[in-house]
Amino acid sequence: MSTTAETATGIRQFEAEISEEKIDDLRRRVAETRWPSKELVDDATQGVQLATLKALADYWTGEYDFGRLEERLNALPQYMTTIDGVDVHFIHVRSEHENALPLIITHGWPGSVIEMLDVIGPLTDPTAHGGTAEEAFDLVIPSIPGYGFSSEPTEVGWDSGRIASAWAELMSRLGYTTYVAQGGDQGAGVTDAMGRQAPDGLVGVHFNFLDAIPKELLTAALTPRIFTHAEREQLGKVAGVFMRGYISEMGEHPQTIGYSLLDSPIGLAGWMLDHDADSYSKISKAFLEGEQTGNLSRDNVLDNITLYWVTGTGASTSRIYWETGRAATASFKNPPPHMMLPAAYTVFPDELFQAPRHWVKHAYHHLEYYNEAPKGGHFAAWEEPEIFSQEMRAAFAPLRNGRSS
Amino acid sequence: MSTVETATAIDPFHVEIHDDQIAELRRRIAATRWPSKELVDDRSQGVQLAALKALADYWTNDYDFGRLEERLNDLPQFTTEIDGVDVHFIHVRSQHEDALPLVMTHGWPGSVIELLDSIGPLTDPTAHGGKAEDAFHLVLPSLPGYGFSGEPTEVGWYTGRVAQAWAELMHRLGYTRYVAQGGDQGAAVTDDMAHQGPDGLIAVHMNLLRAALGNTSNLPSQSDEEKAALEEIGTFRTSGFGYFLEQTTRPQTIGYALLDSPIALAGWMLDHDTDSYYKIARAFVDGQPTGGLTRDHVLDNITLYWLTATGASAARSYWEGGRATALAAGKAPPAVTIPVGFTTFPGEIFRAPRSWAETLYPTLVYFNKAEKGGHFAAWEEPEIFAQELRGAFSSLRNGRSS
Repeated sequence: MSTTAETATGIRQFEAEISEEKIDDLRRRVAETRWPSKELVDDATQGVQLATLKALADYWTGEYDFGRLEERLNALPQYMTTIDGVDVHFIHVRSEHENALPLIITHGWPGSVIEMLDVIGPLTDPTAHGGTAEEAFDLVIPSIPGYGFSSEPTEVGWDSGRIASAWAELMSRLGYTTYVAQGGDQGAGVTDAMGRQAPDGLVGVHFNFLDAIPKELLTAALTPRIFTHAEREQLGKVAGVFMRGYISEMGEHPQTIGYSLLDSPIGLAGWMLDHDADSYSKISKAFLEGEQTGNLSRDNVLDNITLYWVTGTGASTSRIYWETGRAATASFKNPPPHMMLPAAYTVFPDELFQAPRHWVKHAYHHLEYYNEAPKGGHFAAWEEPEIFSQEMRAAFAPLRNGRSS
Repeated sequence: MSTVETATAIDPFHVEIHDDQIAELRRRIAATRWPSKELVDDRSQGVQLAALKALADYWTNDYDFGRLEERLNDLPQFTTEIDGVDVHFIHVRSQHEDALPLVMTHGWPGSVIELLDSIGPLTDPTAHGGKAEDAFHLVLPSLPGYGFSGEPTEVGWYTGRVAQAWAELMHRLGYTRYVAQGGDQGAAVTDDMAHQGPDGLIAVHMNLLRAALGNTSNLPSQSDEEKAALEEIGTFRTSGFGYFLEQTTRPQTIGYALLDSPIALAGWMLDHDTDSYYKIARAFVDGQPTGGLTRDHVLDNITLYWLTATGASAARSYWEGGRATALAAGKAPPAVTIPVGFTTFPGEIFRAPRSWAETLYPTLVYFNKAEKGGHFAAWEEPEIFAQELRGAFSSLRNGRSS
């Protein structure tokens, strides 16, 4: 093998390095924020509330330990490998258990690998977290191109399908010949594409967000009467998801909002906090009252925002929505192949909408596992890492049995 | 009673901009942290990096920061408190005594700056190719939450409430017979004024058919013109509609960036519609302005938004619009009974056909298609714009003298 080829598929070790100047500049900018007047309502109906964001700014400059981010990441085995012209950053934690099942988990927006850090223990070291050795996973957590320490695509076309192909290549480079994939939010889009592409080695997928639009939903939009009241309520929530300013702005003009996200840390924090009503109210409570829900702590939330800031990825992360929009338009004309692999789904009660089993079943014919978790919202792995891990164990258990038989 | 006198007092107003405000603005622009270049060669991912960098360059190196204060303070400006908000306005009386009083309302991302170059042609027509009989007394208020008007401190300042405030303003100025005009948000205010029909308002003119942006289901869609307009609205709603949706639903969220980053503010303001974006981008990148959309004029407007720190409060006017629409669902406003004039400018978001204007305004008495100009018609083509107002309102003057 030539050295060139080796370099091209090489896997390098990676350590996060965040310079002091970057932190000083960030602190200075937060301290010098020019604030708008208070919103004119007593709730979040005009957007992220001034008191919440001021509390966040106070904590960010006054109490947050800026060394945390580097420390948390560098405590883990991190790597970089160039795939399809993009440097892909990933965390790779192998379980000490021999027969661990390899699992690739994909984060979403406004998330990053930070969302997934607290599931690493339960998934790779189950015996220390109430599980059994047979439930262990070897874990691969990549940063989506344009996110965190992955490099930014320099050309259009990096939609979920292309990311999915890159992930298959990544798993192949890591020598995994049998593995599973998981994702929520944009990660669900990537995982959905992986399932449909069905690369060699991928044996099953799990979702905590319904990215695929089942035909039934489209029919429903035309004939809402055939639906029960409860289903119409869910449909309303689905429609509401797409009537959001951030989705429209990032889907159509990611560059425009990019200027805000790169230049103003508080502009960035506000935009990131405004994802969905449930996570916003939980995060808001953490900053205003110091009462955190699950692992959505002030420090964890700021680790994620700080990562976006120091990597300067506000615009490049937004572009994935633009790519998604373009891909969705294209797939209308050329629908993707059906998912033939076994699929699993967990509904978290505070997610944007709670997809009924038959919606998921319509999207994924081989739905082998469907469960309603007792707690958790859109950032399920982040908020409830133990419950999320339990779901992974249960969802993928049948595939392990198949493996050993 | 002195209390009442105080509450309806009209005070002269002068703009004062401090050097430290300018220094601070310059410093922030120089310290901008830029994103990477968009991955396309056009506007399809938003405001292009080269356009905004050229703007930043001109803003810090060539733009004269004294301009804004000078241009405004050259004009008679006033404030008066109406319904709890200090309303800033420019009031230029024509030397022609029989001039027709006209209140013109700007939109977003505009301000009174959009309308400054139409003041000459409208108030002093004989110096601008018109006749003495074409003269207007001109009132240009800043919308609450915009420019030097105060910010509302409670919800409810939708365009209908602004319309009532304008009627009160015209009344305080002693005008008993006047007309109103607007495009963009100003078209919504003017439309509301027409529906409310306050004493003294005798006609309106608009250069945006705002109702059609929200709902086209009741409009004819057979002719080529009608089909083209529908298509243009569809394009607008899928090519940079995020600002509209974000401001309508989450004005506070976007407000943080608009207050904190001058380049974020400039980018957000430039991203209004395809036609005006390319015209403004060309002015900065190639130094080739279209009509009055010059670099200096565009920066006067952005600088005004920055210095008055009104990014969030201006965005809230969209939220009010959304709320008012929801509250009024199913309830038709009172019919417009006064004459309506409308001008379609070719570069506008959509070119409203006469049939649409007639459907929405059965009392349409004037309809014309201007030869040039876009969304910011008064700003871009002040002479053509002034000519349209002369044409639209001339029959009312005749009615007046007869």
